[in-house]
Amino acid sequence: MSQSTDLDLVNVTKQFGTHAAVNNVTFSVARGEFFSILGPSGCGKTTLMRMIAGFENPTSGDIRIRDKSMIGVPANRRPVNMVFQSLALFPMMSVGENIAYGLTCRGVGRAEADERATRMLERVGLKGFGERRVTALSGGQRQRVAIARCLVLEPTLVLLDEPLGALDLKLREHMKIELKQLQGQFNTTFAYITHDQSEALVMSDRIAVMNQGRFEQVGSPRELYHNPATPFVASFVGETNRWQGDVASASNGAVTVRLSTGGMLHGRGGVSQGAALSFVRPEAVALAQDAAALSSLPNRFEGRVSAVLFDGAASSLLIETPGFDQPVRAVLPQAGPLAGIEVGEAVHLGWTADAMKVFAA
Amino acid sequence: MKPAHRLTLFLLMAPAILWLGLLIILPHVEILILSFSQRVAPRVYEFGFGNYLEFFTEPLYWRTFARTAIMSIMVTVITLVLAFPIAMYIARVAQGRVKAMLLLLCLLPFWVSELVRTLGWMMLLRETGIISYLLRMTGLASQPVELLYNDGAVILGLVYGGLLFMIVPLANALESLEPSVVEAGFDLGGSRWTVLRRIVIPHAMPGIVAGSIIVFMLTVGNFATPVLLGGKNGLWFTEQIYAQFITRFNWPQGAAFGILLLLLSSAIVWAGLRLTRQSLGTTLRQA
Repeated sequence: MSQSTDLDLVNVTKQFGTHAAVNNVTFSVARGEFFSILGPSGCGKTTLMRMIAGFENPTSGDIRIRDKSMIGVPANRRPVNMVFQSLALFPMMSVGENIAYGLTCRGVGRAEADERATRMLERVGLKGFGERRVTALSGGQRQRVAIARCLVLEPTLVLLDEPLGALDLKLREHMKIELKQLQGQFNTTFAYITHDQSEALVMSDRIAVMNQGRFEQVGSPRELYHNPATPFVASFVGETNRWQGDVASASNGAVTVRLSTGGMLHGRGGVSQGAALSFVRPEAVALAQDAAALSSLPNRFEGRVSAVLFDGAASSLLIETPGFDQPVRAVLPQAGPLAGIEVGEAVHLGWTADAMKVFAA
Repeated sequence: MKPAHRLTLFLLMAPAILWLGLLIILPHVEILILSFSQRVAPRVYEFGFGNYLEFFTEPLYWRTFARTAIMSIMVTVITLVLAFPIAMYIARVAQGRVKAMLLLLCLLPFWVSELVRTLGWMMLLRETGIISYLLRMTGLASQPVELLYNDGAVILGLVYGGLLFMIVPLANALESLEPSVVEAGFDLGGSRWTVLRRIVIPHAMPGIVAGSIIVFMLTVGNFATPVLLGGKNGLWFTEQIYAQFITRFNWPQGAAFGILLLLLSSAIVWAGLRLTRQSLGTTLRQA
């Protein structure tokens, strides 16, 4: 294949008994790319990663790194290094020895390995930590040691298996940015697996959404968010309203859906008849105090605020609306007359047809 | 503390204190005192170092002593080498019922007395025993082969007796090693040997030391196995102690030997701990 890909998976399947943990997955990761595999737990993403690392063998298909097949190559001979979920630092070694470990395995001399480890520690902001025990480090520092331990080997590809899972929220937000910066600084290809859509959206150049052993969609964070290809992607990536109904009419991509509770919705999608799922992002729901302001929108309703979920910039409203079986979720305006809206107040809401994605259920 | 509480505490501690005091400390003090009394005339004893001088001037005694020490270290090392893969399998490969079964299999021989187990080895190894018979049947030997009464038989018996006490602390230590740490060792380019040497063994060190101390102590102080499997060639230091106390009725001399054996095993355990940079505390936790 082309020169610019670091990792190619071709029709990779992994069978455990009759259950296919990974089912016919094909994708490529370009050089220097931050690629994420996003999926719920049990979707097969860990198995996929372990096959790339060399801890499992695919039942069929090929894994190629820089155009060399990795089938039959043991984990310790692959140009791939992994950051484990538990980090798996070596507790019996100091920080410096942890980082020098891989180098000495390759036959680099003690003195040079120590020197390169020291330089690597400086680059990840842990200057002077070489002699410390790994148990004496904070969560974020341990994280950086785990990554430095891989990067010092200058691998073609770094695999990261939910390494932020054990950190508290504040530190996780910080490490997201730091990981992205490290990746840019070292210009190494990263393959990152996570079940946290925010981690994937913030850091990735491209994301593959995985479900039940298959890839649902591969694309940039914006593509996945704004143009989900499947109902699973629409509901898994980002917050969304989701309603089930039947197609009332469809022509040229414009679909009208009738909800069982009576509401008529106008959206866009490839479905022409039968049961349908409709999705609208909370931020696409326009709010107004009087109906006239929303007159240009095809979907217009009137409801009553049933809850204000205040969470700073991510605040939202739940609006009880006649015709819907569940409250409609909308972003709480941060300014203007609606910023101070309270539970029980009436409000007009609406959205464009483009904002509503309709899929066959 | 209220008087009632104090009394309860005292009563609860009493068995342990009595056990320690009456069965461990008191006899050792008695033996220590006894070892410094030398016989000057029938039934007349006085304080002196004669019993210890006797040990250093009679080659049989200190040679037996050195032989016991060296062979015990050998037995400990052999037991460790044999037990490591077994413990590794029990701790890291076997799962659920198989794991319990394997540990039970290790434990099973200890349901019969040491004497019976040793007699079992004698049935296998003696001139008219099963192995000798099989060797003759298959034509590998033309006449009966005596496999008993040599150092090999003694080591075999002692290793067999020590194996369980090595496997259990080793398996405990290996079990606590996180699988992903081992995988990381491979992932970063380590060979099997590197992972074993730099990750698995350092992690298992407290278990290795704990098992080695137990096996060494049991071996140095063993009596039946060297006597039965070694016969006249057994020459274990405990036999000398037995001979002084029972055969020659020279209690002061036997007491001196007992103290020397205690010093020997303490010194070797201390040296072992220093050599592996382990503390007694962490080791005891592992055992």
